[in-house]
Amino acid sequence: MPKTMFEKIWEAHVVRETVGQPSLLYIDLHLVHEVTSPQAFEGLRLTGRKVRRPDLTVATMDHNVPTTSRSLPILDQISKKQMEALSDNCREFGVTLYDIHSKRQGIVHVIGPELGLTQPGLTIVCGDSHTSTHGAFGALAFGIGTSEVEHVLATQCLPQSLPKTMEIRVNGKLGEGVTAKDIILAIIGKIGTDGATGYVVEYTGEAIRALSMEGRMTICNMSIEAGARAGLIAPDEKTFAYIQGKTFAPQHAEWDEAVASWRQLPSDPGAKYDTLVELNAAEIAPYVSWGTSPGMVIPISGLIPSPDDYADAADRRAAERALEYMGLTAGVSIQTVALDTVFIGSCTNGRIEDLRAAAGILKGHHVRAGIRALVVPGSVPVKLQAEAEGLDTIFKDAGFDWREAGCSMCLGMNPDILQPGERCASTSNRNFEGRQGKGGRTHLVSPQMAAAASIAGHLVDIREWDKN
Amino acid sequence: MESFTKVTGLAAPLDRVNADTDQIIPKQFLKRIERTGFGQFLFFDWRYEADGTTPNPEFELNQPQYSGAVVLITGKNFGCGSSREHAPWALADYGFKAILAPSYADIFYNNCFKNGILPVVLAEETIAMLLERGKTAGYTMTVDLENQTVTDSEGFSQPFEVDPFRRHCLLNGLDDIGLTLQHEPDITAYESKRPLWKRGAVAA
Repeated sequence: MPKTMFEKIWEAHVVRETVGQPSLLYIDLHLVHEVTSPQAFEGLRLTGRKVRRPDLTVATMDHNVPTTSRSLPILDQISKKQMEALSDNCREFGVTLYDIHSKRQGIVHVIGPELGLTQPGLTIVCGDSHTSTHGAFGALAFGIGTSEVEHVLATQCLPQSLPKTMEIRVNGKLGEGVTAKDIILAIIGKIGTDGATGYVVEYTGEAIRALSMEGRMTICNMSIEAGARAGLIAPDEKTFAYIQGKTFAPQHAEWDEAVASWRQLPSDPGAKYDTLVELNAAEIAPYVSWGTSPGMVIPISGLIPSPDDYADAADRRAAERALEYMGLTAGVSIQTVALDTVFIGSCTNGRIEDLRAAAGILKGHHVRAGIRALVVPGSVPVKLQAEAEGLDTIFKDAGFDWREAGCSMCLGMNPDILQPGERCASTSNRNFEGRQGKGGRTHLVSPQMAAAASIAGHLVDIREWDKN
Repeated sequence: MESFTKVTGLAAPLDRVNADTDQIIPKQFLKRIERTGFGQFLFFDWRYEADGTTPNPEFELNQPQYSGAVVLITGKNFGCGSSREHAPWALADYGFKAILAPSYADIFYNNCFKNGILPVVLAEETIAMLLERGKTAGYTMTVDLENQTVTDSEGFSQPFEVDPFRRHCLLNGLDDIGLTLQHEPDITAYESKRPLWKRGAVAA
């Protein structure tokens, strides 16, 4: 019986099955950050439990951290307390922590892969919905709540009900200027923000295989924005090459053994998924979100939709509300709307390839007067690599703020926020009301589109940018 | 874990789809290291004017008739977005015991059960009707997990589906970590067979 990659990983991690109950799954890697863990550690203390496998648990600080110089004091006392709580908890329970002074610190979903912790075939969890990012390596990775964080800390296992499987096949080749970000925005626009709820999605097809590991991470990262439990991409030579030599990658004989095992992971020919969605890559334009949900997207060449375009009454009301919140008028080109801020960063698009792509557009140009632009590398290693390549100089010369690593304006838990009414082209993942600051208006785009928008002062079609 | 058997009380309608966890509890309130006290921040940006203290008179739950509501009726894909368990903590602390919606995001749905909140799935047409009925002051509902029924003060009665194991755990307020730890020998046996190269954060 041919099996999907998901089925193979699932079956390899079942510790125990009891009729009428969820399966007990073993977790190979548990990533921890400061915001969703303090109550879990407190739970352990209250029940006298230990962290079962500190060796399979890694913590960092990302959500709260200021992105100004690390030598400055942290002014937000509540954030500081939360970071100190993580330090104390990691020390007490013996968990490895990369704090804000570590050369390995960064967004948890950026550092996992770059440390070689993220590997094919693993089960990976974190108290963060964007844990789906790690699926780009063929790992079954999903976000969990704080009660489940405590569960994994205490038992290294998690009871899980079997999800359904969905294949999203992206056929053909992407056009010039179209990126992984545009693929995933197009997918969410097509299936909706609850289109994959209850499913683990496997992305397949020529356009997915052609993506770099960074691009694959961008795709899997936003699986949650379509409601998916997890996103998966089959590992291949690109995956192995990315991992080899990383700090925690298997070495020597273990490397060979691991790769041999990873080669068995891809779905078997003829394996059955519960649902299939197909897209043609050649038809995907650069996408931009216009509303307050990641499903509210249009091609950059498109017009802002009207509530009347929606068949369902509840969706119509949501569109009306979104237009009002976003300060937009139906039927207008999204390219005419003036921006205040451009943010490049996040676990979606804060990796080195994203910074290279943005810098490639910015080189020799300057951010339009009145635009606040900041670039926040996804991790300290990304920042150092970018500086070694001189990308920081390109950004700074263009008028961008060059910051320290963290989640930053993706969710605005630290001081990097939008003011009410401010409009931002952002490489992040969520355009919810108030996501980047109360009253802030977010347009999700690729790094190239964000960079071009910063120069123009409004969103532009990157495909026509070179001709300008 | 908190148990849930049955709740009867005021039902409040929140007629919006895709209400995400950023709306349920905005990020500035995620910095606390306790599990308690989040109710005051529930739906904060919708609930208060720009000054953060004046209640927004337009917001549904600020209507005096919904004060003390224990059942929340809302649109599809409730709780989408961030995995923050602060969302059910805030809903529970505010006083909600049960939620009625056509669908929920996975992580939020799961988080509710860990915190004594019962998220009930009902058909979209049923929810549309209940949202309408909820506009009447004093509209009362009963959500009964034991019998798996939702009823209201106007004669509405409908059964609902829930996973039997989740139901069992919620009815009894079971500590699911304790349940897993009963299988310690199975976990140890599994660990003994894990390949050596799965070292986690220990360099080879």
